[in-house]
Amino acid sequence: MVKLEGIRKIFAKGTIDEKVAIDRISLHIKKGDFVTIIGSNGAGKSTLLNLTSGTFFPDEGEVFISGSRVTQLAEHRRSKYLGRIFQNPLTGTASSMTIEENLAMADLRGQTRGLRWGVAKARREHYREILKMLELGLENRLKDTVSLLSGGQRQSLTLLMVTLSLPKLLLLDEHTAALDPKTAQKVMDLTQKIVEENNLTTVMVTHNMPQAIQYGNRMIMLHEGKVQFDIHGEEKKALTVEEVVRRFGAELKDEALLV
Amino acid sequence: MLLSSLLRTIPISLEQGLAYGLVAIGIVITFRILAFPDLTVDGSFPLGAAVVARLIMEGVPPIYGILMAIIIGFLAGCCTGLLNTKLKINSLLAGILMMTMLYSINLRIMGRSNIQLLTVQTLLTPLENLDVNRFIPIIAFFFVVTLCIKFLTDMFLHTQLGFAMRATGDNEQMIRTLGVDTDNMTVLGLGISNAFVALSGALVAQDQGFSDVGMGIGMIVAGLASIIIGEALFGKKTVRRMTMAAVVGSIIYKFIISAGLRMGLAPTDLKMATGVMVILALGIPALKKGKEGKLHLRGV
Repeated sequence: MVKLEGIRKIFAKGTIDEKVAIDRISLHIKKGDFVTIIGSNGAGKSTLLNLTSGTFFPDEGEVFISGSRVTQLAEHRRSKYLGRIFQNPLTGTASSMTIEENLAMADLRGQTRGLRWGVAKARREHYREILKMLELGLENRLKDTVSLLSGGQRQSLTLLMVTLSLPKLLLLDEHTAALDPKTAQKVMDLTQKIVEENNLTTVMVTHNMPQAIQYGNRMIMLHEGKVQFDIHGEEKKALTVEEVVRRFGAELKDEALLV
Repeated sequence: MLLSSLLRTIPISLEQGLAYGLVAIGIVITFRILAFPDLTVDGSFPLGAAVVARLIMEGVPPIYGILMAIIIGFLAGCCTGLLNTKLKINSLLAGILMMTMLYSINLRIMGRSNIQLLTVQTLLTPLENLDVNRFIPIIAFFFVVTLCIKFLTDMFLHTQLGFAMRATGDNEQMIRTLGVDTDNMTVLGLGISNAFVALSGALVAQDQGFSDVGMGIGMIVAGLASIIIGEALFGKKTVRRMTMAAVVGSIIYKFIISAGLRMGLAPTDLKMATGVMVILALGIPALKKGKEGKLHLRGV
């Protein structure tokens, strides 16, 4: 499904600030996998997602999605494969546009856009249906601009927008980190539900160890641009925070991860 | 006495306000929709005038001259967009470069610094020869043209392509992940904007009876002033309100200006007055809230 082969990314190459962000990582993510990626600040988590999504390109190595080589493919050309949700709730939606306009834009992910009406009347009922799933009352606010919504509401809307077009790969970049704990939990529950119902291949970057352990069927820990450990299958299911500390405590340099 | 004097400025304010309203709609597309501070306008306005004046002098029917002005204005806007997106030149500088180069181009097109059109047949000549007060058909003409452009703009911005353009100004990152080439959207939006501006220039030249290479100076600032005035009345919550604000704001702006002139404002101080108006409108909220004013812009 997603294959990274010997990926390397160096920032500020040739200067005194040179930093090897990703150091020859190879990963193979299978269809239907829900991978959580954890690591401290600067471990290379977001860089890994950026290389997968094409925000920038690797210095070495290859990226494949669904068997196609996309290493140097521009971000907007990869969009038909990818859905991505960021930490900042403002990044997933256009705030000056209405809820239905945002959904309609997501409906056309990766398709050519023409001079037809932006919101197709026939789809409006569908939007209302899927908004009901959020249980936030947004189904009655189709024509409200998104700027009127709270962070949690916006992040939930972003999740819905992703599901409209069912990407081959869903990238979650600490997408609950900026929300208050209660809202974060709601958004996480919704994420789990959407991923399960649609059997989406998902990569979730997180700062939060319990979250990384609770969700997904595979957990990868990055440290200084390298894979420190990679746990999957039954072993992942049985994993607890205590277990991680016992086995990797010596290597866990960032205490914050355990919170 | 003062009142009747003010009332007499209404027809001229309507005529000019509607004609220049097209410029304000163009500026809404760049500054508001694309969040792109496009300064090409000061050059593309006289560009439209120059093209139409030259072609009319060459014996081309005015309507074709106007169409040509629209096309060339569109291309000028696209050039600014390409300077910014492909050559990565700062958006303000890209506009300034185009505006400066257009000055030479406009002189080339006209062959001299101005062309008078009073003695030739223009698109407006038949309207002016009607057996009624000159203002009635002329205002009706500009009313129809400007409202048509306003509604076309509203419609376009509610299409799939229009959504992509609005999202480009609002959240470039997001719409790119949805598969839109935001560079193309920027180029297209600048093209459309400057096409409207050039159309305005082409019509104004025929209305006032001459095309002059200096007629675009201060056009941006006047357009911004119009938009700010209009938004004070209509807000900027929806696209329809923004374009309505541009048209009505332009009329009110022209009214303020002609009223000011009647009350003794020297024509030479006009641009100073307009500039101060914009500075106050942008600056007062910033001073009050202690934060950035009303303009959110990309690439500056």
